[in-house]
Amino acid sequence: MTEETTGRHVRVVLVDDHRMFRTGVQAEIGQTATTGVEVVGEAADVDQAVTVITATRPEVVLLDVHLPGGGGVEVLRRSAAMMADAENPVRFLALSVSDAAEDVIGVIRGGARGYVTKTITGADLIDSIFRVQDGDAVFSPRLAGFVLDAFASTDAPPADEDMDRLTQREREVLRLIARGYAYKEIAKQLFISVKTVESHVSAVLRKLQLSNRHELTRWATARRLV
Amino acid sequence: MPVATPRRSPPEADDVPVRKLYRSAEGRMLGGVARGLAGHLGLPVVWVRIVFLGLLSVNGLGALLYAAFWFVVPLGLGGTAERYSAFEAGADGGRRLRKPDKGQVVALIALVLGAAIFASKVDVGGWANPYVFPSLLIGVGVVLVWRQADNTRRARWTEGARRSRWLPLARGLAGVALVGTGLTGFVVVNGSAAQLGSVMTAAIAVLAGIALLAGPYLVRMTQDLSEERLMRIRAQERAEVAAHVHDSVLHTLTLIQRNADSAGEVRRLARAQERELRAWLYKPEGTGKDREEEPQTLADAVKKAAAEVEDKHGVPLEVVVVGDCPLDDGLSAQMQAAREAMVNAAKYGGEGGAVQVYAEVEGRTVFVSVRDRGPGFDLDAVPGDRMGVRESIIGRMRRNGGSARLRSVPGGGTEVELEMERAQE
Repeated sequence: MTEETTGRHVRVVLVDDHRMFRTGVQAEIGQTATTGVEVVGEAADVDQAVTVITATRPEVVLLDVHLPGGGGVEVLRRSAAMMADAENPVRFLALSVSDAAEDVIGVIRGGARGYVTKTITGADLIDSIFRVQDGDAVFSPRLAGFVLDAFASTDAPPADEDMDRLTQREREVLRLIARGYAYKEIAKQLFISVKTVESHVSAVLRKLQLSNRHELTRWATARRLV
Repeated sequence: MPVATPRRSPPEADDVPVRKLYRSAEGRMLGGVARGLAGHLGLPVVWVRIVFLGLLSVNGLGALLYAAFWFVVPLGLGGTAERYSAFEAGADGGRRLRKPDKGQVVALIALVLGAAIFASKVDVGGWANPYVFPSLLIGVGVVLVWRQADNTRRARWTEGARRSRWLPLARGLAGVALVGTGLTGFVVVNGSAAQLGSVMTAAIAVLAGIALLAGPYLVRMTQDLSEERLMRIRAQERAEVAAHVHDSVLHTLTLIQRNADSAGEVRRLARAQERELRAWLYKPEGTGKDREEEPQTLADAVKKAAAEVEDKHGVPLEVVVVGDCPLDDGLSAQMQAAREAMVNAAKYGGEGGAVQVYAEVEGRTVFVSVRDRGPGFDLDAVPGDRMGVRESIIGRMRRNGGSARLRSVPGGGTEVELEMERAQE
């Protein structure tokens, strides 16, 4: 998606307790002139992260899930006001080496706009950052799998919970993400626009955050996550 | 180069050296005294038992001696192999309480009898009579209370010992009551009821004094003990993590250093290690290592196949599984077809990045997709003698009542979709 990203600019804060990893990410995406990504701050723990984010007000925060001082979820909790800011909201993209279900679902429910694993390539990461900046959700195939799993509970839903369930289309989109399709390919496959794909994915994210506590709890209990 | 990987030493190795006298918890007839002594002295159990029996005929001295040992020596583990458990496995797989040992009951009766015999033998004249029964009462009380301590100790070994709270409490109360009655008996029978008040006061004073003197030390000691236990558990956990990291991660890193110039090999090693470590860290039971039998469920089968292909071809496979179900014949065939598709994808499409494997169980249908981003190919252009795709994937699925679809765009990667109905349960 380089043709879309040229000429754009995004301010990013890196939160990760591994200095080496921060340096690596910085080296890969930090050439502001070519990538359009400017790393305006770094933090290694929760307190530092909140301070840096408050001071620099970046558009996107790359957030590690496991952090000293309470983890990524704690950073999200303490930045809730900045996330909700209508003028220039701070958006979070979780970037973690762990793809354990409880970590993934935890930060997404905490308000992160997406979740990618650290094996992601530089180009994909930059793409994800811009997408998050636009307010869209970024799902890795694995995350899509977890979400499908979470919503796929077998028994029929009560009528008033219909809002919480995924529509057929959303399910289809997620399934294609889980199969490794890029958003553009999904759009082509389903004969819809990329924007529509993105709005479907955002809808899934919203449903995951707002409701379905009931189902998620049951899902997590069934897997002995809680 | 530190490549040698010594097996981790058994955790109990450092507990062994101190040889203390314990009553044996296993294979005991009464209190385990004889067996414990035998283990300690390195003698056959029978000898010790005979000695005790012999002493029993000497004014019941054996019984008293046995009782004394029983009282003083803590119950421990030793000698025989199996760990004693207060529970036994039920027929339904659950654990239920073992019925009270016959030995325990016998022990109590024998002790009382022994003491009675001893007392009656020693009894020369009327002066002792008033003492015998109070003494017996006290004895029984003490035994009750102390048996209780014995049981709590054992309950600590057998984890999750959920027994009734009332039984121990009732037993403790009974013990105290008996001791109390016995003491009162002493006083009343000996006709010194008049001095009861002052004796009680003196006794309470003495007890309070002892409590004041010894209390702080006791409290401190218990705290130290529990702290020490905590530290030991932590240390053991650390040791286990360290051992695992040493056995696997360090070993892989060393191999990677050696093979630094072969990128494919490095990638293969790193992926395999990552997978193993993940399994070890995130699997609930942490049993990623010793489990090598055939997978029983779809999710395991997909992951295993992907792992093997990944190891063999050095191409990363990203696996996403939604839902799970047990494997049946049709699904096994599907797994073989999926594996063939993975091999193809790794072989011909591996340059385009990771191969995506997606499996989903939805109702009765199991869907598997294997997708690569390689150069792709034209299915119709594949020569007829190339049986891989036609027979191993499409043919196999059809023979087993499923369906396979292949989508390949030259330059746009290849995707294999496999669908199979689950067998009726």
